[in-house]
Amino acid sequence: MRKSWWKILSIVLLVYAIVGGLLLPVPALRQLQETVRNLYYHVSMWFAMMILFTISLVHSIRYLRTTNFKYDICARDYSAVAIVLGLLGYATGVIWASYTWADPNNPAYASFGSIVREPKLIGTAIALLTYFAYFVLRSSITDIDKRARVSAVYNIFAYAMLFPSIWIIPRLLPSLHPGQEGNPALDFRDVDTRLRMVFWPAVAGWTLLAVWIATLKVRIDFLKEKKWLHAK
Amino acid sequence: MIRQVITLFKKDVLLELRQQYALYGVILYVMSTVFVLYLTMGSETDGEIWNALYWVMLLFVCINAVAKSFLQESRGRMLYFYSITSPTAFIISKLLYNLLLIIIMNSISLFLFLLFLGNPTVYTGQYILISILGACGLSLIFTMLAAIASRAMQQASLMAILGFPIIIPQLLLLVRLSKLAFAETFRAGASMEVTLLVLALDLSVVVLAVILFPFLWKD
Repeated sequence: MRKSWWKILSIVLLVYAIVGGLLLPVPALRQLQETVRNLYYHVSMWFAMMILFTISLVHSIRYLRTTNFKYDICARDYSAVAIVLGLLGYATGVIWASYTWADPNNPAYASFGSIVREPKLIGTAIALLTYFAYFVLRSSITDIDKRARVSAVYNIFAYAMLFPSIWIIPRLLPSLHPGQEGNPALDFRDVDTRLRMVFWPAVAGWTLLAVWIATLKVRIDFLKEKKWLHAK
Repeated sequence: MIRQVITLFKKDVLLELRQQYALYGVILYVMSTVFVLYLTMGSETDGEIWNALYWVMLLFVCINAVAKSFLQESRGRMLYFYSITSPTAFIISKLLYNLLLIIIMNSISLFLFLLFLGNPTVYTGQYILISILGACGLSLIFTMLAAIASRAMQQASLMAILGFPIIIPQLLLLVRLSKLAFAETFRAGASMEVTLLVLALDLSVVVLAVILFPFLWKD
Protein backbone atom coordinates (compact mmCIF):
# COMPACT_ATOMS: atom_id res chain seq x y z
CA MET A 1 0.00 0.00 0.00
CA ARG A 2 2.75 2.37 0.97
CA LYS A 3 4.53 1.74 -2.28
CA SER A 4 1.56 1.62 -4.58
CA TRP A 5 -0.27 4.76 -3.54
CA TRP A 6 0.70 6.51 -6.75
CA LYS A 7 -0.74 3.72 -8.85
CA ILE A 8 -4.06 4.06 -7.03
CA LEU A 9 -3.82 7.82 -7.39
CA SER A 10 -3.24 7.40 -11.11
CA ILE A 11 -6.37 5.28 -11.50
CA VAL A 12 -8.45 7.70 -9.44
CA LEU A 13 -7.21 10.67 -11.44
CA LEU A 14 -7.84 8.94 -14.75
CA VAL A 15 -11.35 7.89 -13.77
CA TYR A 16 -11.95 11.51 -12.83
CA ALA A 17 -10.38 12.73 -16.07
CA ILE A 18 -12.53 10.45 -18.20
CA VAL A 19 -15.83 10.82 -16.34
CA GLY A 20 -15.35 14.46 -15.46
CA GLY A 21 -13.78 15.23 -18.80
CA LEU A 22 -16.82 13.98 -20.65
CA LEU A 23 -19.52 15.24 -18.29
CA LEU A 24 -18.39 18.47 -16.60
CA PRO A 25 -19.38 21.74 -18.29
CA VAL A 26 -16.94 23.34 -20.70
CA PRO A 27 -16.90 26.87 -22.12
CA ALA A 28 -18.63 26.99 -25.50
CA LEU A 29 -16.08 28.43 -27.89
CA ARG A 30 -17.11 29.34 -31.40
CA GLN A 31 -14.60 27.17 -33.20
CA LEU A 32 -14.05 24.34 -30.79
CA GLN A 33 -17.45 23.69 -29.18
CA GLU A 34 -17.43 20.36 -27.40
CA THR A 35 -14.20 19.21 -29.02
CA VAL A 36 -12.37 21.28 -26.43
CA ARG A 37 -12.71 18.25 -24.17
CA ASN A 38 -9.96 16.68 -26.22
CA LEU A 39 -7.61 19.05 -24.36
CA TYR A 40 -7.66 16.61 -21.46
CA TYR A 41 -6.42 13.76 -23.59
CA HIS A 42 -4.41 15.31 -26.44
CA VAL A 43 -2.40 17.91 -24.54
CA SER A 44 -1.79 15.66 -21.57
CA MET A 45 -0.32 13.03 -23.91
CA TRP A 46 2.30 15.57 -24.99
CA PHE A 47 2.97 16.53 -21.40
CA ALA A 48 3.47 12.93 -20.38
CA MET A 49 5.69 12.36 -23.44
CA MET A 50 7.96 15.29 -22.59
CA ILE A 51 8.16 14.23 -18.95
CA LEU A 52 9.08 10.67 -19.93
CA PHE A 53 11.73 11.83 -22.39
CA THR A 54 13.15 13.93 -19.59
CA ILE A 55 13.19 10.92 -17.25
CA SER A 56 14.98 8.97 -19.97
CA LEU A 57 17.53 11.79 -20.25
CA VAL A 58 18.15 11.74 -16.50
CA HIS A 59 18.78 7.99 -16.65
CA SER A 60 21.21 8.47 -19.53
CA ILE A 61 23.14 11.03 -17.52
CA ARG A 62 23.18 8.71 -14.54
CA TYR A 63 24.45 5.90 -16.74
CA LEU A 64 27.38 8.00 -17.90
CA ARG A 65 28.19 8.95 -14.32
CA THR A 66 28.02 5.45 -12.86
CA THR A 67 28.24 3.07 -15.85
CA ASN A 68 25.62 0.99 -14.10
CA PHE A 69 23.86 -1.06 -16.78
CA LYS A 70 20.54 -0.69 -14.92
CA TYR A 71 20.23 2.96 -15.95
CA ASP A 72 20.72 2.09 -19.59
CA ILE A 73 17.71 -0.23 -19.46
CA CYS A 74 15.69 2.51 -17.74
CA ALA A 75 16.66 5.11 -20.33
CA ARG A 76 15.65 2.79 -23.15
CA ASP A 77 12.32 1.76 -21.68
CA TYR A 78 11.24 5.25 -20.68
CA SER A 79 11.90 6.57 -24.16
CA ALA A 80 10.06 3.61 -25.70
CA VAL A 81 6.95 4.39 -23.64
CA ALA A 82 7.34 8.09 -24.47
CA ILE A 83 7.27 7.24 -28.18
CA VAL A 84 3.99 5.38 -27.71
CA LEU A 85 2.58 8.44 -25.95
CA GLY A 86 3.80 10.63 -28.80
CA LEU A 87 1.97 8.43 -31.31
CA LEU A 88 -1.19 8.55 -29.19
CA GLY A 89 -0.85 12.32 -29.00
CA TYR A 90 -0.67 12.41 -32.78
CA ALA A 91 -3.76 10.22 -33.06
CA THR A 92 -5.82 12.40 -30.72
CA GLY A 93 -4.51 15.51 -32.45
CA VAL A 94 -5.54 14.20 -35.85
CA ILE A 95 -9.07 13.58 -34.65
CA TRP A 96 -9.21 17.05 -33.15
CA ALA A 97 -7.79 18.75 -36.21
CA SER A 98 -10.15 16.92 -38.53
CA TYR A 99 -13.09 18.55 -36.70
CA THR A 100 -11.64 22.01 -36.27
CA TRP A 101 -8.99 22.77 -38.89
CA ALA A 102 -9.96 20.64 -41.84
CA ASP A 103 -12.11 22.28 -44.46
CA PRO A 104 -15.45 20.45 -44.43
CA ASN A 105 -16.03 21.22 -48.10
CA ASN A 106 -13.03 19.20 -49.15
CA PRO A 107 -12.29 15.54 -48.56
CA ALA A 108 -10.15 15.02 -45.46
CA TYR A 109 -6.96 14.20 -47.33
CA ALA A 110 -7.09 17.50 -49.23
CA SER A 111 -6.42 19.41 -46.00
CA PHE A 112 -3.53 17.14 -45.11
CA GLY A 113 -0.85 19.13 -46.90
CA SER A 114 -1.61 22.38 -45.15
CA ILE A 115 -2.12 20.86 -41.72
CA VAL A 116 1.15 18.96 -41.72
CA ARG A 117 3.04 22.22 -42.19
CA GLU A 118 2.05 23.26 -38.67
CA PRO A 119 5.21 24.08 -36.70
CA LYS A 120 3.98 22.19 -33.66
CA LEU A 121 3.33 19.08 -35.72
CA ILE A 122 6.78 19.41 -37.25
CA GLY A 123 8.21 19.69 -33.75
CA THR A 124 6.65 16.48 -32.60
CA ALA A 125 7.50 14.70 -35.81
CA ILE A 126 11.12 15.69 -35.21
CA ALA A 127 10.99 14.49 -31.61
CA LEU A 128 9.63 11.11 -32.66
CA LEU A 129 12.11 10.77 -35.53
CA THR A 130 14.96 11.56 -33.16
CA TYR A 131 13.95 8.84 -30.78
CA PHE A 132 13.38 6.38 -33.63
CA ALA A 133 16.94 7.20 -34.62
CA TYR A 134 17.97 6.54 -31.02
CA PHE A 135 16.61 3.01 -31.34
CA VAL A 136 18.23 2.51 -34.74
CA LEU A 137 21.54 3.58 -33.21
CA ARG A 138 21.07 1.15 -30.34
CA SER A 139 20.40 -1.76 -32.63
CA SER A 140 23.40 -0.99 -34.81
CA ILE A 141 25.91 -1.55 -32.00
CA THR A 142 26.42 -5.09 -30.82
CA ASP A 143 28.75 -4.59 -27.88
CA ILE A 144 26.58 -4.00 -24.81
CA ASP A 145 28.75 -1.51 -22.94
CA LYS A 146 29.52 0.46 -26.04
CA ARG A 147 25.84 0.51 -26.99
CA ALA A 148 24.88 1.84 -23.59
CA ARG A 149 27.54 4.53 -23.65
CA VAL A 150 27.06 5.72 -27.22
CA SER A 151 23.27 5.75 -27.00
CA ALA A 152 23.42 7.66 -23.71
CA VAL A 153 25.61 10.26 -25.39
CA TYR A 154 23.20 10.49 -28.31
CA ASN A 155 20.22 10.75 -25.98
CA ILE A 156 21.74 13.69 -24.13
CA PHE A 157 22.91 15.42 -27.29
CA ALA A 158 19.61 14.95 -29.10
CA TYR A 159 17.56 16.09 -26.13
CA ALA A 160 19.66 19.20 -25.72
CA MET A 161 19.39 20.06 -29.43
CA LEU A 162 15.76 19.14 -29.78
CA PHE A 163 13.77 20.52 -26.93
CA PRO A 164 14.90 24.15 -26.93
CA SER A 165 14.11 24.30 -30.61
CA ILE A 166 10.73 22.63 -30.16
CA TRP A 167 9.85 25.24 -27.59
CA ILE A 168 11.25 28.21 -29.46
CA ILE A 169 10.61 27.61 -33.15
CA PRO A 170 6.81 27.41 -33.09
CA ARG A 171 6.86 30.94 -31.71
CA LEU A 172 8.75 32.21 -34.73
CA LEU A 173 6.62 30.60 -37.41
CA PRO A 174 2.99 31.29 -38.21
CA SER A 175 0.59 28.67 -36.90
CA LEU A 176 -3.06 27.80 -36.41
CA HIS A 177 -2.27 25.92 -33.25
CA PRO A 178 -3.19 27.74 -30.03
CA GLY A 179 -0.48 28.88 -27.67
CA GLN A 180 1.45 31.04 -30.09
CA GLU A 181 2.55 33.48 -27.43
CA GLY A 182 3.66 31.04 -24.77
CA ASN A 183 3.32 27.48 -23.64
CA PRO A 184 0.01 26.11 -24.86
CA ALA A 185 -2.34 25.28 -21.97
CA LEU A 186 0.15 26.52 -19.37
CA ASP A 187 -0.93 30.11 -19.65
CA PHE A 188 -3.67 30.99 -17.20
CA ARG A 189 -5.21 33.51 -19.52
CA ASP A 190 -6.09 31.14 -22.31
CA VAL A 191 -7.34 28.17 -20.37
CA ASP A 192 -10.66 28.55 -18.66
CA THR A 193 -10.92 27.65 -14.95
CA ARG A 194 -13.46 24.93 -15.73
CA LEU A 195 -10.99 23.32 -18.09
CA ARG A 196 -8.12 23.59 -15.65
CA MET A 197 -10.13 21.71 -13.03
CA VAL A 198 -9.89 18.59 -15.15
CA PHE A 199 -6.79 19.34 -17.19
CA TRP A 200 -4.14 19.22 -14.47
CA PRO A 201 -5.45 16.06 -12.81
CA ALA A 202 -5.56 14.50 -16.28
CA VAL A 203 -1.93 15.42 -16.95
CA ALA A 204 -0.87 13.95 -13.62
CA GLY A 205 -2.97 10.84 -14.19
CA TRP A 206 -1.64 10.09 -17.66
CA THR A 207 1.94 10.77 -16.58
CA LEU A 208 1.62 8.42 -13.62
CA LEU A 209 0.06 5.76 -15.81
CA ALA A 210 2.90 6.12 -18.31
CA VAL A 211 5.49 5.87 -15.55
CA TRP A 212 3.69 2.80 -14.25
CA ILE A 213 3.81 1.11 -17.67
CA ALA A 214 7.47 2.04 -18.00
CA THR A 215 8.38 0.62 -14.60
CA LEU A 216 6.69 -2.65 -15.51
CA LYS A 217 8.70 -2.75 -18.72
CA VAL A 218 11.87 -1.95 -16.80
CA ARG A 219 11.20 -4.79 -14.38
CA ILE A 220 10.61 -7.28 -17.18
CA ASP A 221 13.86 -6.16 -18.81
CA PHE A 222 15.75 -6.44 -15.54
CA LEU A 223 14.66 -10.08 -15.39
CA LYS A 224 15.63 -10.64 -19.03
CA GLU A 225 19.05 -9.09 -18.65
CA LYS A 226 19.71 -10.49 -15.20
CA LYS A 227 23.04 -12.03 -16.09
CA TRP A 228 24.41 -8.69 -17.30
CA LEU A 229 23.19 -6.84 -14.25
CA HIS A 230 24.91 -9.20 -11.86
CA ALA A 231 28.00 -9.61 -13.95
CA LYS A 232 28.75 -6.00 -13.18
CA MET B 1 46.21 22.17 -24.40
CA ILE B 2 46.05 24.98 -26.96
CA ARG B 3 49.25 23.72 -28.51
CA GLN B 4 47.78 20.24 -28.77
CA VAL B 5 44.72 21.62 -30.51
CA ILE B 6 46.86 23.58 -32.95
CA THR B 7 49.05 20.57 -33.72
CA LEU B 8 46.08 18.30 -34.31
CA PHE B 9 44.42 20.95 -36.45
CA LYS B 10 47.57 21.36 -38.51
CA LYS B 11 47.81 17.61 -38.93
CA ASP B 12 44.27 17.48 -40.37
CA VAL B 13 44.94 20.37 -42.75
CA LEU B 14 48.24 18.85 -43.82
CA LEU B 15 46.63 15.47 -44.46
CA GLU B 16 43.96 17.17 -46.51
CA LEU B 17 46.51 19.07 -48.58
CA ARG B 18 48.59 15.96 -49.19
CA GLN B 19 45.79 13.54 -49.97
CA GLN B 20 43.48 16.01 -51.67
CA TYR B 21 41.09 13.36 -52.92
CA ALA B 22 38.56 14.29 -50.25
CA LEU B 23 38.63 17.99 -51.03
CA TYR B 24 38.37 17.47 -54.75
CA GLY B 25 35.80 14.75 -54.21
CA VAL B 26 33.52 17.16 -52.39
CA ILE B 27 34.13 19.90 -54.93
CA LEU B 28 33.21 17.49 -57.70
CA TYR B 29 30.13 16.51 -55.73
CA VAL B 30 29.08 20.16 -55.49
CA MET B 31 29.75 20.77 -59.15
CA SER B 32 27.79 17.79 -60.37
CA THR B 33 24.88 18.61 -58.05
CA VAL B 34 24.75 22.21 -59.25
CA PHE B 35 25.03 21.07 -62.85
CA VAL B 36 22.16 18.63 -62.46
CA LEU B 37 20.09 21.38 -60.83
CA TYR B 38 21.01 23.72 -63.66
CA LEU B 39 19.87 21.20 -66.26
CA THR B 40 16.66 20.23 -64.50
CA MET B 41 15.54 23.65 -63.27
CA GLY B 42 15.75 25.46 -66.55
CA SER B 43 16.14 29.19 -66.61
CA GLU B 44 13.38 30.41 -64.28
CA THR B 45 14.79 30.56 -60.76
CA ASP B 46 12.30 31.61 -58.17
CA GLY B 47 13.95 33.01 -55.03
CA GLU B 48 12.21 30.68 -52.64
CA ILE B 49 13.10 27.53 -54.58
CA TRP B 50 16.67 28.75 -55.08
CA ASN B 51 16.99 29.25 -51.33
CA ALA B 52 15.50 25.85 -50.47
CA LEU B 53 17.74 24.08 -52.98
CA TYR B 54 20.79 25.85 -51.65
CA TRP B 55 20.20 24.74 -48.07
CA VAL B 56 19.42 21.16 -49.06
CA MET B 57 22.58 21.02 -51.13
CA LEU B 58 24.66 22.52 -48.34
CA LEU B 59 23.23 19.92 -45.96
CA PHE B 60 24.37 17.05 -48.18
CA VAL B 61 27.74 18.63 -48.85
CA CYS B 62 28.19 19.02 -45.12
CA ILE B 63 27.35 15.38 -44.43
CA ASN B 64 29.80 14.23 -47.09
CA ALA B 65 32.59 16.54 -46.00
CA VAL B 66 32.24 16.05 -42.26
CA ALA B 67 31.52 12.33 -42.26
CA LYS B 68 35.03 11.47 -43.31
CA SER B 69 36.65 13.43 -40.50
CA PHE B 70 36.06 10.56 -38.12
CA LEU B 71 35.63 7.75 -40.60
CA GLN B 72 39.13 8.27 -41.96
CA GLU B 73 40.71 7.65 -38.56
CA SER B 74 41.56 4.00 -38.34
CA ARG B 75 41.37 2.09 -35.10
CA GLY B 76 45.12 2.07 -34.73
CA ARG B 77 45.39 5.80 -35.27
CA MET B 78 42.66 6.45 -32.69
CA LEU B 79 44.63 4.38 -30.19
CA TYR B 80 47.67 6.48 -30.95
CA PHE B 81 45.75 9.72 -30.35
CA TYR B 82 44.36 8.19 -27.20
CA SER B 83 47.85 7.76 -25.84
CA ILE B 84 49.19 11.21 -26.75
CA THR B 85 46.36 13.69 -26.35
CA SER B 86 43.24 14.55 -24.39
CA PRO B 87 39.72 14.03 -25.79
CA THR B 88 38.94 17.72 -25.37
CA ALA B 89 41.87 18.80 -27.53
CA PHE B 90 40.96 16.16 -30.10
CA ILE B 91 37.30 17.15 -30.46
CA ILE B 92 38.08 20.87 -30.49
CA SER B 93 40.62 20.39 -33.26
CA LYS B 94 38.07 18.37 -35.24
CA LEU B 95 35.40 21.01 -34.74
CA LEU B 96 37.78 23.75 -35.89
CA TYR B 97 38.98 21.78 -38.87
CA ASN B 98 35.44 21.01 -39.99
CA LEU B 99 34.49 24.66 -39.59
CA LEU B 100 37.31 25.65 -41.92
CA LEU B 101 36.40 22.91 -44.37
CA ILE B 102 32.72 23.79 -44.50
CA ILE B 103 33.39 27.52 -44.89
CA ILE B 104 35.52 26.73 -47.94
CA MET B 105 32.88 24.33 -49.27
CA ASN B 106 30.19 26.91 -48.65
CA SER B 107 31.99 29.58 -50.62
CA ILE B 108 32.64 27.19 -53.51
CA SER B 109 29.05 26.04 -53.66
CA LEU B 110 27.65 29.53 -53.30
CA PHE B 111 29.90 30.70 -56.12
CA LEU B 112 28.77 27.84 -58.36
CA PHE B 113 25.15 28.44 -57.43
CA LEU B 114 25.36 32.11 -58.35
CA LEU B 115 27.19 31.21 -61.55
CA PHE B 116 24.85 28.52 -62.82
CA LEU B 117 21.49 29.30 -61.31
CA GLY B 118 21.60 33.08 -61.40
CA ASN B 119 21.28 35.46 -58.51
CA PRO B 120 17.75 36.03 -57.21
CA THR B 121 18.95 37.59 -53.94
CA VAL B 122 18.54 41.28 -53.31
CA TYR B 123 21.25 41.66 -50.68
CA THR B 124 23.91 39.20 -51.78
CA GLY B 125 26.34 40.22 -49.03
CA GLN B 126 23.79 39.39 -46.38
CA TYR B 127 23.08 36.04 -47.98
CA ILE B 128 26.78 35.20 -47.94
CA LEU B 129 27.01 35.99 -44.21
CA ILE B 130 23.87 34.00 -43.41
CA SER B 131 25.12 31.04 -45.41
CA ILE B 132 28.42 31.10 -43.51
CA LEU B 133 26.54 31.22 -40.22
CA GLY B 134 24.38 28.30 -41.28
CA ALA B 135 27.27 26.27 -42.64
CA CYS B 136 29.13 26.64 -39.33
CA GLY B 137 26.08 25.41 -37.42
CA LEU B 138 25.65 22.41 -39.71
CA SER B 139 29.31 21.48 -39.50
CA LEU B 140 29.40 21.65 -35.69
CA ILE B 141 26.36 19.44 -35.27
CA PHE B 142 27.50 16.93 -37.86
CA THR B 143 30.98 16.73 -36.37
CA MET B 144 29.48 15.58 -33.09
CA LEU B 145 27.15 13.18 -34.90
CA ALA B 146 30.04 11.79 -36.92
CA ALA B 147 31.81 11.12 -33.64
CA ILE B 148 28.76 9.21 -32.41
CA ALA B 149 28.20 7.37 -35.67
CA SER B 150 31.84 6.36 -35.94
CA ARG B 151 31.26 4.09 -32.93
CA ALA B 152 28.55 2.12 -34.74
CA MET B 153 28.30 -0.01 -37.83
CA GLN B 154 27.13 1.37 -41.23
CA GLN B 155 28.41 4.74 -40.20
CA ALA B 156 27.66 6.81 -43.26
CA SER B 157 23.98 5.95 -43.50
CA LEU B 158 23.57 6.11 -39.75
CA MET B 159 24.82 9.67 -39.73
CA ALA B 160 21.97 10.81 -41.96
CA ILE B 161 19.42 9.01 -39.79
CA LEU B 162 20.79 10.51 -36.60
CA GLY B 163 21.39 13.93 -38.04
CA PHE B 164 18.30 14.86 -40.03
CA PRO B 165 15.81 15.10 -37.18
CA ILE B 166 18.25 17.14 -35.12
CA ILE B 167 19.18 19.48 -37.94
CA ILE B 168 15.61 20.25 -39.09
CA PRO B 169 14.90 22.94 -36.45
CA GLN B 170 18.09 24.80 -37.25
CA LEU B 171 17.52 24.44 -40.97
CA LEU B 172 14.03 25.91 -40.60
CA LEU B 173 15.49 28.86 -38.73
CA LEU B 174 18.15 29.39 -41.38
CA VAL B 175 15.73 29.20 -44.30
CA ARG B 176 13.58 31.72 -42.49
CA LEU B 177 16.54 33.96 -41.73
CA SER B 178 17.90 33.86 -45.25
CA LYS B 179 14.68 35.43 -46.52
CA LEU B 180 16.24 38.63 -45.21
CA ALA B 181 18.47 38.59 -48.26
CA PHE B 182 15.40 38.39 -50.49
CA ALA B 183 14.25 41.73 -49.05
CA GLU B 184 11.43 40.21 -47.05
CA THR B 185 10.43 42.45 -44.20
CA PHE B 186 10.70 41.04 -40.70
CA ARG B 187 9.11 42.08 -37.44
CA ALA B 188 11.48 44.57 -35.77
CA GLY B 189 14.29 42.71 -34.02
CA ALA B 190 13.17 39.28 -35.26
CA SER B 191 16.19 38.74 -37.50
CA MET B 192 18.53 39.56 -34.62
CA GLU B 193 16.66 37.11 -32.38
CA VAL B 194 16.99 34.30 -34.90
CA THR B 195 20.69 35.03 -35.45
CA LEU B 196 21.37 34.96 -31.73
CA LEU B 197 19.35 31.78 -31.40
CA VAL B 198 21.43 30.05 -34.06
CA LEU B 199 24.62 31.26 -32.39
CA ALA B 200 23.39 30.03 -29.01
CA LEU B 201 22.64 26.62 -30.54
CA ASP B 202 26.15 26.52 -32.01
CA LEU B 203 27.67 27.39 -28.68
CA SER B 204 25.67 24.69 -26.91
CA VAL B 205 26.85 22.14 -29.48
CA VAL B 206 30.46 23.03 -28.70
CA VAL B 207 29.87 22.78 -24.94
CA LEU B 208 28.06 19.46 -25.28
CA ALA B 209 30.76 18.10 -27.57
CA VAL B 210 33.45 18.96 -25.03
CA ILE B 211 31.46 17.38 -22.20
CA LEU B 212 30.25 14.28 -24.02
CA PHE B 213 33.12 13.35 -26.29
CA PRO B 214 35.32 11.87 -23.53
CA PHE B 215 32.67 9.15 -23.12
CA LEU B 216 32.80 8.27 -26.82
CA TRP B 217 36.56 8.37 -26.88
CA LYS B 218 37.19 5.30 -24.78
CA ASP B 219 36.70 2.08 -26.67
